[in-house]
Amino acid sequence: MNKRILSVLVENHAGVLSRIAGLFSRRGYNIDSLSVGTVDDPEYSRMTIGITADDWQTEQIMKQLNKQVPVIKVVELLPDDSLIREILIIRVSSPVESRREIKDLADLYKASVLDVTKNTMVLETTGSEKKIESFIDHMRSYGLLEIARSSSVGMQRGSKVF
Amino acid sequence: MEGAKAIIESIEKHGTDRVFGHPGGAVLPLYEALRASNLVHVLTRTEQGAAHAASGYARMSGKPGVCIVTSGPGATNIITGIATAQADSVPLVVITGQVQRSRIGTDAFQEADITGASEPFTKHTYLVQDANELPRIMKEAFHIASTGRPGPVLIDIPVDIQKTDVTDSCETQINIRGYKPVFHGNRKQIKKAISAIEKSERPLVCAGGGILCSGARTPLNLFLQKTGIPVVCTLMGNSAIDGGLANSMGMIGSHGHLRAKQALKESDLLVIIGARISDRATAGGQIFESRKTIVHIDIDPAEVGKNIETQIPIVGDAGDVVMYLLKHIDPEKSWNWKPCRTPSEEPVPSKTRADKLDPAVLLHCVSEKADPDAIFTADVGLNQIWAARHIEMSGKRRFLTSGGLGTMGYGLPSAIGAKMAVPGRQVFAVMGDGGIQMSLGELGTLAESGEKVVILLLNNQYLGMVRELQDNAYGKECRHGVRFEKGPDFVKIAEAYGLKSAHACDMESFEKILDLSLAGHDSWLINCKIDSKINSVRRF
Repeated sequence: MNKRILSVLVENHAGVLSRIAGLFSRRGYNIDSLSVGTVDDPEYSRMTIGITADDWQTEQIMKQLNKQVPVIKVVELLPDDSLIREILIIRVSSPVESRREIKDLADLYKASVLDVTKNTMVLETTGSEKKIESFIDHMRSYGLLEIARSSSVGMQRGSKVF
Repeated sequence: MEGAKAIIESIEKHGTDRVFGHPGGAVLPLYEALRASNLVHVLTRTEQGAAHAASGYARMSGKPGVCIVTSGPGATNIITGIATAQADSVPLVVITGQVQRSRIGTDAFQEADITGASEPFTKHTYLVQDANELPRIMKEAFHIASTGRPGPVLIDIPVDIQKTDVTDSCETQINIRGYKPVFHGNRKQIKKAISAIEKSERPLVCAGGGILCSGARTPLNLFLQKTGIPVVCTLMGNSAIDGGLANSMGMIGSHGHLRAKQALKESDLLVIIGARISDRATAGGQIFESRKTIVHIDIDPAEVGKNIETQIPIVGDAGDVVMYLLKHIDPEKSWNWKPCRTPSEEPVPSKTRADKLDPAVLLHCVSEKADPDAIFTADVGLNQIWAARHIEMSGKRRFLTSGGLGTMGYGLPSAIGAKMAVPGRQVFAVMGDGGIQMSLGELGTLAESGEKVVILLLNNQYLGMVRELQDNAYGKECRHGVRFEKGPDFVKIAEAYGLKSAHACDMESFEKILDLSLAGHDSWLINCKIDSKINSVRRF
């Protein structure tokens, strides 16, 4: 069982999301993450679906996805050939004495400051799941107040379009 | 043109002559348009019955069966029928009424989220939001239901849309980006399969229901005759093989023939055509995967490699692939192998109890007297297994049953639908006393239709299949909830509906009643008093 990412191009209609999500639950496939957004043509959306599955299961999932009428294309984003990113927004406790330190760390992670109050800061960064996890770990020691994370979105490297 | 009229015109345009349905408030405009049309409306007594009748109609006519039901309970009631069609790959177009658009999501009277609820059991669903989408959606629905692997498509139509004028027409070609089913099997793969068959010594064909819905029956039987390759079938493929074929080894699976199982065991190459090889078909051992090459031909790529590992997968229409096989297989070669061990099958008992009927003897008698192109529907339970095992599928006979979902109450309405598709052919509904009580109202549908169906009610006053399962799992003393203590008088019920009916307690009386029923134009219900001790398969 490995973590994998599928990129699924679908028709942008009401009910498509529930049809795809329902497919996973009723066939007993594990779904780790899901993000949906329209593409350049508003008639279509791209779903980036994180799953935990072995080779056989991944093949079954891809076949079942392909069988759905609103599904146009399914590809697996292989880690070595793909660019996969998450976005993180995090609120940390930041009294004046630790503010400088937090800002330095944020710079290391290319995180930007979205909001500051007397005692808190809201930071934003994007990156791989690993980078996000590591940044959260650092922030924990300053007093982590709230987290909002997108799930992964991604695309294949190179010039090929799908 | 009003939306309702556009819907009815579209149904007419797709070549079907009737709809099966049950009206209600949310389909009033549709029924008004239906009244003014040339379509026949078959009023079934439950919405589930409408779907089953449409299924029988679709399977015999080769065209999608059409159902119209109302919103809320009408829509939820038809789900079992839709799921039954989905499991057996039967093309249906199901139209459900919906509350008006402005009330959707308000828990209005008779509102149900039917596109959501039916989604796991349909090939595709639509919720119509704009009347101008109707012509395109109707066209697409018939296309999706009947092409590729057939299946049910549901269209939920709010009542206000049915009353809105449609200004657009859909003259353009259908183009659904995500739906392009493969029809022609990959020639390279088929050639690979041919060379594997030619190299094998004991090849075996396994024929499934896909043979029947793709029209591959004739080329397949030619192929089997020409090559002498033995063949087994699944329950759904029961009437895919000519009964007279010498190399036919019978049915595989949990209630299959021992000869078929032995042939599977001894074969070195298996060509599965139009079958998904469900858990019921594989029951009784891992014989499928034991050191043999497997060629799997199916129109649904998701079925190939799902249940059994396949060495040569071929995605395509069974008819197309079998025609190619027939043309290109070495005409000099012949494989007339027979299993070395031929286990003795269940014999037809020569001696039976005087006051009770033996289903095997009874069905052999029916088999002899029925037309060579008779249609048999079977319900679910012991009656289904008996019908599959004891009725000879010779000539152009057809066997229809709920093989995938195993829905009790399928036999009677599907027989009515089948008869309507091919009025010239004899139709028998083999039922149990459990299943018929789930569809009793359809006796009224049958009486009203004026069509002739002979119902063979194999009455043992038990839910016999469940009883057998309980006996095997927990022992005979643990039977529970499987006995009908006060079974009704089915003859009186049938007569109340205006049907002909009689009790049969022994073969002499049964034969007399059967002859009578076959001679006339009336529908019959023959209440056959079956020896309640008899189980699905008797091993001697």
